[in-house]
Amino acid sequence: MTQRFTSIDEVREGLGKVDYLADDSIASVTFLADRLEKPVLVEGPAGTGKTQLAKSVAEMTGARLIRLQCYEGLDESKALYEWNYKKQLLRIQAEGSEAGWDEIQDDIFANDFLLERPLLEAIRAKDPVVLLIDEVDRVEVETEALLLELLSDYQVSIPELGTLTAEQIPLVFLTSNNTRELSEALKRRCLFLHLDYPDIEREKQIILNKVPDINENLADQISRIVRSIRTLELKKAPSVSESIDWARTLILLGISKVDENTAKSTINILLKYRSDIEKVMKEFTTNSAAHFGD
Amino acid sequence: MATTPTDTVDPTPDHEEIPLFHLLSGFVQELRAAGLPVSLVENIDAADAVRHIPLEDREAFKYTLAATLVKNQTHWSTFETLFEVYFSLRGAQYALGEEAADPFAEMDLDMDDMDSAEGSPQGGDGSGGGQSLSPEELAELLFQALLNSDQMLMRAIARHAVQRFAGMEPGRPVGGTYYLYRTLRNLDLDGMMERLMEAREGAEDGPQSDLDKRLESDEFNDRIEKLKKEIEAEIRRRLVADRGAEAMAKTLRKPLPEDVDFMHASRDEMAKLRRAIYPLTRKLAVRLARKRRHGRKGPLDFRSTVRHSLSYGGVPAELKFRYPKPSKPEIMVVADISGSVAAFARFTLHLVYAISGQFSKVRSFVFIDGLDEVTRLFEGVDDINEAVHRVNTEADVVWVDGHSDYGHAFDVFWENYGKEVNSKTTILILGDARNNYHATQDWIIQELQKKARKVFWLNPEPKAYWNTGDSVLDDYGQHCDDVFEVRNLRQLEKFVDNLV
Repeated sequence: MTQRFTSIDEVREGLGKVDYLADDSIASVTFLADRLEKPVLVEGPAGTGKTQLAKSVAEMTGARLIRLQCYEGLDESKALYEWNYKKQLLRIQAEGSEAGWDEIQDDIFANDFLLERPLLEAIRAKDPVVLLIDEVDRVEVETEALLLELLSDYQVSIPELGTLTAEQIPLVFLTSNNTRELSEALKRRCLFLHLDYPDIEREKQIILNKVPDINENLADQISRIVRSIRTLELKKAPSVSESIDWARTLILLGISKVDENTAKSTINILLKYRSDIEKVMKEFTTNSAAHFGD
Repeated sequence: MATTPTDTVDPTPDHEEIPLFHLLSGFVQELRAAGLPVSLVENIDAADAVRHIPLEDREAFKYTLAATLVKNQTHWSTFETLFEVYFSLRGAQYALGEEAADPFAEMDLDMDDMDSAEGSPQGGDGSGGGQSLSPEELAELLFQALLNSDQMLMRAIARHAVQRFAGMEPGRPVGGTYYLYRTLRNLDLDGMMERLMEAREGAEDGPQSDLDKRLESDEFNDRIEKLKKEIEAEIRRRLVADRGAEAMAKTLRKPLPEDVDFMHASRDEMAKLRRAIYPLTRKLAVRLARKRRHGRKGPLDFRSTVRHSLSYGGVPAELKFRYPKPSKPEIMVVADISGSVAAFARFTLHLVYAISGQFSKVRSFVFIDGLDEVTRLFEGVDDINEAVHRVNTEADVVWVDGHSDYGHAFDVFWENYGKEVNSKTTILILGDARNNYHATQDWIIQELQKKARKVFWLNPEPKAYWNTGDSVLDDYGQHCDDVFEVRNLRQLEKFVDNLV
């Protein structure tokens, strides 16, 4: 098994090249995922770059990204594989009556009649792939079990065909918004990575990276405002992607310094609940209220 | 893969991993003792993983252990503290008793680079400098460090401050918080904060608007928090050096957030609980909605069945059913909000309102010795915290003296709202049933139980204390459908889950 990375720093630099700023934990865990051949379970608030991590790793290693979006009611035939029964029917009809039962049976349960779904595709891929299982917390607990064989042994058992083992070990990322507790069995098989909101320096760098026209002062101010907002108890704290959106908006409006008025008119990009907006406005203008009094 | 942990280090005897391995297994033991569920497989993974990373990279080492051992974010802070204890920097400079090298000594290089903070100590030779600092000079140094966000200097100050103010002596059976308090008291960080803000407001590039001021003060707060952490870490390192990691870990053992007792939570823990409750409610709401949808089948959906029969040549081989519309119960929460039970009532109200979509109606009542309906405070309010705050300030719950009187409160409830209880109503009563020896009026509960669908009593007290002193839980409990001990978030979540 060839290793993709030689050191943790290489991971960090590689991700940096594809515009993903990795901190120590991200770089270490990605590095370990490769060395230990274990999947990574990425958990954290929405909009902190969980899905982007998998995409960036794929881009960095030049691998193909295979994505399985999870949803309630996802089943084997959507995630793993399905028999193409229409084709099987045709095969039986085309054969007519000459062929014997055994031949047909061997025939119609062959590779030709197998429809690959993302998980099987990742296992059978000959080229390097990164498998992203997105929002795994959305499937029911029972469906999680589908993933277990794949995650621990990188293989899929199909009753008619036997066990298909991976051609090469893919890097696997699972993301979760933590809307429910994942099963112990799943967690045990994964490395765990919690992505939280970045610290102020990293956020500033992210904004500088993602919004090319921005100057450093504005980026600094934005990341500081966002940090202050996140310390409040809100329904939904602003995510990184929302601060990037806010930065873009300010650039489009030609604003180079945020003051209270611009903040007030554009805050709805950062915050999505009326009560949150009210709370933040109240919090940040309490001093000024005193001034208006004079 | 080997089955016992010791085998995993065998393949690489040339590495110096035996001592590390012992340290690691001690660490895992301690994690387990702190309540973290670390399985054998995860232990093996961790031992395996550390072979792949350079051990001199402490951060990488920490994240490696975290990735393999800690699979739940709420356990992170427990992990981090234990990590700091177990893999703390050890060395002569942390020894207690005779003062080791002066922390400012090794700062000399950096200090020279600084535009010499006026009158600061590097005039003398490095080793004696720190000791001879006057309190004013130290304050000035700290002020500069905070103003310029000088990490190195802050760290040195933290070490110096602990050396100087904490008064740590070997073998003294005092907890870390005591030393922390002593150190912080001497540094006067509040005064420092004011000075910093004044200095910035006077500066040319200082904050102009209120927004700027707010951002500046948040920034300084952040730096001061960092300094406090640094001091805490310093104290911890010294304590570890004095007492050893195992003993230290034991004193630091704290319950996980979901196990924190409502009645005895410290202010810090309370804040943590408040933060933990929102994600919890969201999780619960999702789970309940899901359960409802998948619970059982509704009536036959004729249209859908016919539609699907087309794939079977018109034979209705696959029957389709409508989603069921189960009746939603109506909830009445009657909560004691006196003294120490208040926190518990607050969390329960929080939780019940967060999942109010699962009920046809939620009504809430609070009492101490009087009783008031507070449903209106929750109506149309997005922010439950705000509503709970208003409950505490606006509700009219004091009748005579502001000591719990369950009997009278129930009297009022029966009088005013008893008629509205019907066979769809579930009543939740929250309280410790400490009635201050007033009349119990337990017949009201009996009557309510007859009229209502269910009556549950939730008690935040440990079971062992029930019916001791002025607790009259059994008088009420005998008429309830069930009585639960709900002392922490875990138990509360479980109860609400079963309620729907």
